[in-house]
Amino acid sequence: MTQPSNAPQPDSAALTDIFRRMLRIERNDDAILSTIRKGRLQMPYYSARGQEVIPATISHFLTDEDQICTIYRGIQDMVAKDMPLKPLWAEIAGRVDGTCKGKGGPMHLTHPPTGVMVTTGVVGSSMPIANGLAWAAKLDGSRRVVIAYFGDGASNIGAFHESLNLASLWKLPVIFVCPNNGFAEHTRFENGTSVDRISKRAIGYGMPGFTVDGNDPWEMYAQVSTAIARARDGEGPTLLECTTFRFLGHVLGDDNKYMAEGELAAARERDPLPLFRQRLLDEGHVDEPTLAAMQEKIEAEVAEARDFGLASELPPVDEIRRDVFAQEMMA
Amino acid sequence: MSTTTTSAAKPAGTSKMNSLQAVNAALHQAMAADDKVLVLGEDIADPEGGGVTGATAGLSTKFGGERVRSTPISEQAIIGAAIGAALAGYKPVAEIMLMNFTTVAMDMIFNHAAKLRFMSGGQTSVPITIRTLTGAGWQTAGQHADHLEGWYAHAAGIKVVAPSNPVDYKGLLLSCIDDPDPCIFIESAGSLFVPAEVPDDQGPIPLGKARIVQEGSDLTIVTWSSQTVRAQMALPALAEAGLSVELIDLRTISPWDRETVLASVRKTGRLLVAHEAVRDFGPGAEIAATVSEELFGVLKAPVRRLGAPKCPVPFAKVLEDAYIVQPDQMVAVAQALMG
Repeated sequence: MTQPSNAPQPDSAALTDIFRRMLRIERNDDAILSTIRKGRLQMPYYSARGQEVIPATISHFLTDEDQICTIYRGIQDMVAKDMPLKPLWAEIAGRVDGTCKGKGGPMHLTHPPTGVMVTTGVVGSSMPIANGLAWAAKLDGSRRVVIAYFGDGASNIGAFHESLNLASLWKLPVIFVCPNNGFAEHTRFENGTSVDRISKRAIGYGMPGFTVDGNDPWEMYAQVSTAIARARDGEGPTLLECTTFRFLGHVLGDDNKYMAEGELAAARERDPLPLFRQRLLDEGHVDEPTLAAMQEKIEAEVAEARDFGLASELPPVDEIRRDVFAQEMMA
Repeated sequence: MSTTTTSAAKPAGTSKMNSLQAVNAALHQAMAADDKVLVLGEDIADPEGGGVTGATAGLSTKFGGERVRSTPISEQAIIGAAIGAALAGYKPVAEIMLMNFTTVAMDMIFNHAAKLRFMSGGQTSVPITIRTLTGAGWQTAGQHADHLEGWYAHAAGIKVVAPSNPVDYKGLLLSCIDDPDPCIFIESAGSLFVPAEVPDDQGPIPLGKARIVQEGSDLTIVTWSSQTVRAQMALPALAEAGLSVELIDLRTISPWDRETVLASVRKTGRLLVAHEAVRDFGPGAEIAATVSEELFGVLKAPVRRLGAPKCPVPFAKVLEDAYIVQPDQMVAVAQALMG
């Protein structure tokens, strides 16, 4: 389906906010990469460099009340949703001040105050749980919405199909957001998926489905705005496939041998962050000093969070007995 | 099927019911007491018959279709919906028709329900109850009858409950629903239709506490679920053989009541663990190992285990009977333990 002609358009403030969220993701990603490369962080890292427009645009429409379920490649979704960076950094460093006390790590970051309810390391598993959160939103009589992020590979797992069917049947306020970065781990999209567009699968479940240029904030804005309004108004779920590219492969250290010659370089040429920045300036939505100040502020926040995380204490060993159940287990 | 609730307002008394009716009464009571309690599963609402066994009959009529929802045949979606609602403050009771079908939702149960509290550092919790039916005896064969309590007992973060009689069905289900952590509540073919008097004001029975069915001094027998029913069938023959048997119904498999079992074996010096689940790597092995570690010096004989052979549940009645640990096998092993 194509975007409606009367689609809402972002104003300068909205565009600047989306850019701020993108920059926060990218600056944070850059700090994680450099800290890993210096040997000061040991963690599996699934960078989303290149995919920033998607969570930044979605989060522009969300409040802390709205919830997300995301996946192992999900730090961008949390940063976009304004999750505080200090406990995020302490968590990825495995420290006691981490949001999960160092017990979840980068693949299970959780922060209910900002609506980060579940981060799963299992492909596809964000979706069934997002449905339950959306069911609760409905039972509560609230206008809360839930975002289920999942990768293109996850559209081939059973949980996707069960979840879309149930969400449509129950008219749940959930938006299924698939950043399609072209690869399921190392398998090219077309070698693992029976349709050329994941959005086509929405038809089978009786819900609207759209394929959007996930690197285009204007196009994203229009579709996300419509999908979220639909969910808030009790009209049910939407499937959004957002095409994009991941610049750092499946996991950090990936040799990218499964990519075609020149494919990555071509994608990097279209890096959405500098392109969007330039267009904001060219069209007069924001001026250079404002963006420079924004960047300075974000970099200071990231540096402070990194230093906080790395300076935090290691968790006491008896934490392994806590939080298994509500009641602490005996030694 | 009774669909009346037992409420505190009713004069104290008892009602004769089977375990299914006890489940139904517990669900009515829990839903009336707390509007955060939800029920979902395949065919569970009244238009679909109130559940394949009728355990949920009357609930959707009384509490409405938003709180009591029939679902598609989508076990991952069912457990996922329960988990999500629980994360948002609800207490969902999800019915997975048969225990073998819980394997379809294993990722949701094992990787998510059981672990989210720990992985989130205690920020979130998943107070769901999964009701599920299983057990040999109905000739449902290889994919409808397995006792998988050992699988779940091996997982950190989920409680495993397996009652044997209507009082415990009601009291333990109420506790599961109230519990702040995920519980799997196993309803068993061999125990479902054995009636008993249940106090009308029967409230929650604590999880993790065994019940001493009969006191004795020669030998401890630990069982649960349908196997407790079969053990009770063996009691007259054991008494006739002159054995003073202490029969323990474990009731909760994880966390299990070590104190009660250890105190009993300390007294009797002999232990037989019998369960319907496959013997090898079954929960009996954990109990036997614990007793051997803790009470080696007081054991008068090696700990014995009885369980199903390591084969799928068979169809033909003669094979199914051979698969199940029968009362006479329990008697024979008990006598052998006495030397």
